[in-house]
Amino acid sequence: MNLPRARVRRPWRLAAEASALLIAVVVAFPLYWMVLSAFKPAGEIESSEPRPWTLTPSLDSFRRVFEQQEFGRYFLNSLIVAGSVVIASALIAFLAATAVTRFRFRFRTTLMIMFLVAQMVPVEALTIPLFFLMRDFGQLNTLGSLILPHIAFSLPFAIWMLRGFVKAVPEALEEAAYIDGASRSRFLWQILFPLVFPGLVATSVFSFISTWNDFLFAKSFIISDTSQSTLPMALLVFYKPDDPDWGGVMAASTVMTIPVLVFFVLVQRRLVSGLGGAVKD
Amino acid sequence: MPRPRGGSRTSNTAPRPFRGSSRTPWLYLAPALVVLGGLLVYPVYQLGLISFLEYTQAQVSGGEPTTFQGFGNYAELFGDAEFWRVLLATVVFAGACVVSTLAVGCALAVLLTRVRALPRLALMLAGLGAWATPAVTGSTVWLLLFDPDFGPVNRMLGLGDHSWTYGRYSAFLLVLLEVVWCSFPFVMVTVYAGIRAVPSEVLEAAALDGASQWRIWRSVLAPMLRPILVVVTIQSVIWDFKVFTQIYVMTGGGGIAGQNMVLNVYAYQKAFASSQYSLGSAIGVVMLLILLAVTLVYLRLLRRQGEEL
Repeated sequence: MNLPRARVRRPWRLAAEASALLIAVVVAFPLYWMVLSAFKPAGEIESSEPRPWTLTPSLDSFRRVFEQQEFGRYFLNSLIVAGSVVIASALIAFLAATAVTRFRFRFRTTLMIMFLVAQMVPVEALTIPLFFLMRDFGQLNTLGSLILPHIAFSLPFAIWMLRGFVKAVPEALEEAAYIDGASRSRFLWQILFPLVFPGLVATSVFSFISTWNDFLFAKSFIISDTSQSTLPMALLVFYKPDDPDWGGVMAASTVMTIPVLVFFVLVQRRLVSGLGGAVKD
Repeated sequence: MPRPRGGSRTSNTAPRPFRGSSRTPWLYLAPALVVLGGLLVYPVYQLGLISFLEYTQAQVSGGEPTTFQGFGNYAELFGDAEFWRVLLATVVFAGACVVSTLAVGCALAVLLTRVRALPRLALMLAGLGAWATPAVTGSTVWLLLFDPDFGPVNRMLGLGDHSWTYGRYSAFLLVLLEVVWCSFPFVMVTVYAGIRAVPSEVLEAAALDGASQWRIWRSVLAPMLRPILVVVTIQSVIWDFKVFTQIYVMTGGGGIAGQNMVLNVYAYQKAFASSQYSLGSAIGVVMLLILLAVTLVYLRLLRRQGEEL
């Protein structure tokens, strides 16, 4: 918003900026403390006088995490699950969003309402039936038992959000493409897809996060084969309520948080404009 | 993936937007419908079914036949004082989370529009960091921050070895702080994007007419941002109503004697800790119905705005 600059008087703006910076520090503090604790040597974390810095950073906690646990493997498992969900749900949602925005057909509105309602379904409540479904298909203890439900759960929101992006592509462009002799699939993949791509990125943030973070399904479906564990479960191995290994927990947390942070920073701009685009239409 | 060429009926003309053959949209929709049907609709049906059956460890292992219970499970659930206590706690906790998240998110979105690029970037990045933090990680970090022995917060506030997870309300407060911390950025970023989309002439006109900042927010921005506010409110309600990870990790599976249980954790404990799958499913159905009611309100709001679906 571009308020006329003169209206916002100088002392007020400085006060606003000071509080913005202060709030940024407070919001970032937990993350800072996490990384700091991961690098602190054992004696310093379990100290009753916690200091907000360390003079002797050590990699002991990371070493412990990667040696005691097959953390590399769990990391890879999490990546496979989140990656598969992001790609599959983006493609499926793109097709579906195209169908509901660029075609008129019977039951279109009904479908849109159903997608909206589906978005509200508390997926956690479906853990029980999904558990039996996965058991019947022999999918328990496999990464598939995490991938499949997450594709389904991220679809309704992705379709709903992509709708705005697909709609924003002018109809004239589509007509022009057909007049120039493009086939429907050529228009779909070579014209529409690149134009909607920023929207796909914004949408994939949500499916990536919900999958990467998933704790309930990982806890319920990967019950005995720990080689198929994902990061959240592996992390909690270090967290025993009575005697938590804080260094290990924080090192594992740091490892788990960094990919998401990188992903976020990369798509940051598209996310902001994407959300704006999705809600503006 | 094979794509149809507009169908034979339109073969002499180019496929036209909005009026292709009636098969094409369904082909595009097919993958989504298959996935949603198998992994969402069918499980919802199963959830409802199990909630009407006697379904415990004996039935799961095939030792005993499953028997139809009618509303027996629901009668048992509604007759249990603990259920009502958990339901009340869930509603109050989710409500507090939603209100705090929206207040913080909207206030900071407005603040973002008042500052220059550098502080804005700092706050934006910090917010994105909190947003990106996985729930499990966030929970453990906040536990460490508020740890009675080694946490910096008690030291800073001079609380000695006060335990935040011991008391019912302070444990809920701790979880609330973590939930707000990781969910306000979504509100902040979305509302900020919305404010930026408001034409500056409108705001200038209001400012020229002598409207105060609060008045501008209440009479100009809030009504223009209504669609966005509705979206973020509903999203927050949905997310906060089904908080699981934070409660489970931070209060050790529902707190001392289940004092911090919310519906989701309650259902999980019933089903997977004590193998009462049918009771767990009945709780799931209750959650489903509550959120369905919220959805219907949402749909009415959208309709009233005249938004085309």
